[in-house]
Amino acid sequence: MGHAGRILKYELHNLLRSKWLIGIAAMLFVVTEALFRFGGEPGKTIISVMSIVLVVVPLLSVVLGTIYFYNSREFNELLLAQPVTRTNIYLGKLIGFTSALCLAFLVGLGLPFLIHSYGLRDYIGKIVTLLLVGCCFIVIFASLAFYAATRFEDRIKGLGAVLVAWFLLTVVWDGVILLYVHVFREYPYEPGLLGLVFLNPIDLGRILILLQLDISALMGYTGAVFRNVFGTDRGAVLAAGAMIVYAAVPVLFGLRTFRAKDF
Amino acid sequence: MIRIQHLKKSFGELNVLDDLTLDIEPGTVTAILGPNASGKSTLLKCILGLVNPDAGRILIDDEPIAGRSHYRAKIGYMPQIARFPDNLTVDELFAMLRDLREDAIDVDIELFARYEIGAMGKKRLGTLSGGTRQKILAAVALLFAPKILILDEPTVGLDPVSATVFKDKVRKERTNGRTIILSSHLVNEVEEMADRIVYLQDGKPFFVGTMEEIKRMTSEGHLDRALVRIMENAREATHGTRR
Repeated sequence: MGHAGRILKYELHNLLRSKWLIGIAAMLFVVTEALFRFGGEPGKTIISVMSIVLVVVPLLSVVLGTIYFYNSREFNELLLAQPVTRTNIYLGKLIGFTSALCLAFLVGLGLPFLIHSYGLRDYIGKIVTLLLVGCCFIVIFASLAFYAATRFEDRIKGLGAVLVAWFLLTVVWDGVILLYVHVFREYPYEPGLLGLVFLNPIDLGRILILLQLDISALMGYTGAVFRNVFGTDRGAVLAAGAMIVYAAVPVLFGLRTFRAKDF
Repeated sequence: MIRIQHLKKSFGELNVLDDLTLDIEPGTVTAILGPNASGKSTLLKCILGLVNPDAGRILIDDEPIAGRSHYRAKIGYMPQIARFPDNLTVDELFAMLRDLREDAIDVDIELFARYEIGAMGKKRLGTLSGGTRQKILAAVALLFAPKILILDEPTVGLDPVSATVFKDKVRKERTNGRTIILSSHLVNEVEEMADRIVYLQDGKPFFVGTMEEIKRMTSEGHLDRALVRIMENAREATHGTRR
């Protein structure tokens, strides 16, 4: 096992005992379980749970990721003084944090699905997509958080930057898309729309989940265009590739900044 | 042997290290002194590879350290602030550091034993007091019997008994032929531990010499007075003002 793996191991030891991580798993569990009890039909429940995944998971990942990385600054200095490369330290910490958060997410959100699994046989594909998209979000937004915490010395600036990024992707982007559709409503706007969706991991995730559900039929011609693109194997590969790029970019930028940084 | 050659580092407009050249001999305790912002910790961090110098180089045992990490197997570092992952136990912290130094042959548990750290092995690091964390840092710095020890204000957070234990240990290590670098504001700490003094002013060594030399040069019998004299001389030399 390399140095990154060893650091990861102790990061996991540390994080899996932390109160906030257990709290997050419990909170996700309570909300999902409640949605199951009051949601009625499983398809509707999945849509409600989807909104949590789309809004709350990225927010939790960026906020906790930045705070966690800022708080480990002094200990990082001690690690950096050991015979370990900076790349191993950064990747060990990032992978450790991401896996711990993914685990909390999968337990909190997945447990209610297991409890109610008797009526869910037809929904397995949809649930798996939902959980996978959530884990992608955690990887992407935790990497972004670590990058911001490396880039900005001042923690208020770092936290501000990730919150602005989250707000742009979650709220402002929807406005951009609506505006685009409104302006170009007289023209075939679908190809451009497809491009806009691909430019935002949250929208991409949303479309991937929605297409698994029957309501995409309600989206008319646009839905059909999406179905044509994402419904095929090539589309799925394309979407997965885009998610990987969204995770790789902040990881690479963060790594580059961390390697060149003065502590 | 640590050779520092023409080291330069600036943060923005501020030249923290300005063409600093210095040799640090093995078998001695070298104290780095100087006013605030004179470049003490930047110099230590350059040796540790925590800060990348703009120009110049550092050689440890005749090998340049730039861009390397393996040379740090020779170094034990005690930082000023002790913060550890809250939910790891004391045992796990030591296991982690041992895992990261798989090549370490010698293990020196003298401080570990004298500070009775073994007895709190199951405790979580987040529950320990500041002084206890400082003791753990000291034990960690010396754990792998390093050839080079870098101590940044080591006894500030320690109680008098633990501080004495620590100083005795450092003096003993010096006679074992280790290179020890100490940054401190506490005159009595420097007087008790150091053989050589490097006084930094504006990122350059203003005075380098033994304890006797500094006292003789300033014709002051006590180190604290000698240091004040040096400080005044340094200020006059750079600013050209006389009182």
